[in-house]
Amino acid sequence: MPVSVANSQLVYDAMKGVGVTLVSALPETWLVHLVRMADDDPEMTLVRLAKEEEGVGISAGAHFAGVKSAMLLQNHGFLQAINGIVGVSLLYKIPLLMLITDRGSFGEKDPWQTEGGKYTRPVLDALHIAHDDLTRPEEVQPKVAKAMTLAHSSLSPVALLLQRDLMWEEPK
Amino acid sequence: MKRIDCLRAIYPELDDCAVVTIMGAVAAELYSLGHRANFFYLEHAMGLASSIGLGIALSKPSRKVVVIDGDGSVLMNLGGLTTIARSRPKNLVHLIFDNETLLSVGGGAPGGYKWFTTATSTGSDLAGIAKAAGYPRSQLVRELGDFEEAALDAIKGDELSCIVAKVDAEMPKSFLIDVHMLENRFEFPRWLQSKGGVN
Repeated sequence: MPVSVANSQLVYDAMKGVGVTLVSALPETWLVHLVRMADDDPEMTLVRLAKEEEGVGISAGAHFAGVKSAMLLQNHGFLQAINGIVGVSLLYKIPLLMLITDRGSFGEKDPWQTEGGKYTRPVLDALHIAHDDLTRPEEVQPKVAKAMTLAHSSLSPVALLLQRDLMWEEPK
Repeated sequence: MKRIDCLRAIYPELDDCAVVTIMGAVAAELYSLGHRANFFYLEHAMGLASSIGLGIALSKPSRKVVVIDGDGSVLMNLGGLTTIARSRPKNLVHLIFDNETLLSVGGGAPGGYKWFTTATSTGSDLAGIAKAAGYPRSQLVRELGDFEEAALDAIKGDELSCIVAKVDAEMPKSFLIDVHMLENRFEFPRWLQSKGGVN
């Protein structure tokens, strides 16, 4: 599978580096290694969700308990979770780190992935949620760290959009 | 059976528990018995009280967590029951007041539509759904004595439990909660995190 193991590891290590010990997730292709790494790590609690909105509640509960968490999701998962993001994270001022695999941009071959990606940034902007792209390996660690810092100082959700060039290695 | 009587019956036992309630009547009636720093009232995001409870339960395994839910909220997050069941936190008690209506979102409000029933009014069985989702203990109760016994047993016990209590679709005397949402939001984790290092 041409999902980058090395870059998935970078993202995973960056999450752990900022103290994340609980991850909730729904998989998609680009997230397979990240989910597996969380599953294999005895220091990490992995919560397999039925639907992404649950993860917003779980992260809020973890935050109340003093535990740092992250959500692994995809564009459509983010769109699915909007009510929870507004009704829990934004309304109650609760930090939330979302790592969103950003499908549907240049290079997307799957027709069914081409719609959700179009709305992810506009919706993030509409909700005034700070976001940035993760494209190059060397920016992963600093941006994850800065995103977590902002989430906790602003008591808000933040999003990092995992890009194709980081997550996908075209078969040669 | 009245919700307020059920809450009154368990109130003294909630002292050491992290309590998460849904919005509306449940929150208002628990508040009316006397607010405590260990009560968090989720005033929106119907369905997510149980997910918040799960996040706390997984993060504080030795702290008892009591989620006080309702039929309308649970029906908005049925998948969450399966997530809780597979996580199976031993320290989580899931109480569900089933009044078979969406009472607090207008189903019972003054001038509101009486009644906007939920599917539990036509036979959907939340205790059965929780059981089938994988909750090791799930029970339906209709009498106050049975509720009290089941709830206290669950709170003192050491197993993920669900208790569905059929209650009257009755409005609370008041919806007033004189603790601001944000005050509640900061007070609750302060209590949760300061309890003598108990993890």
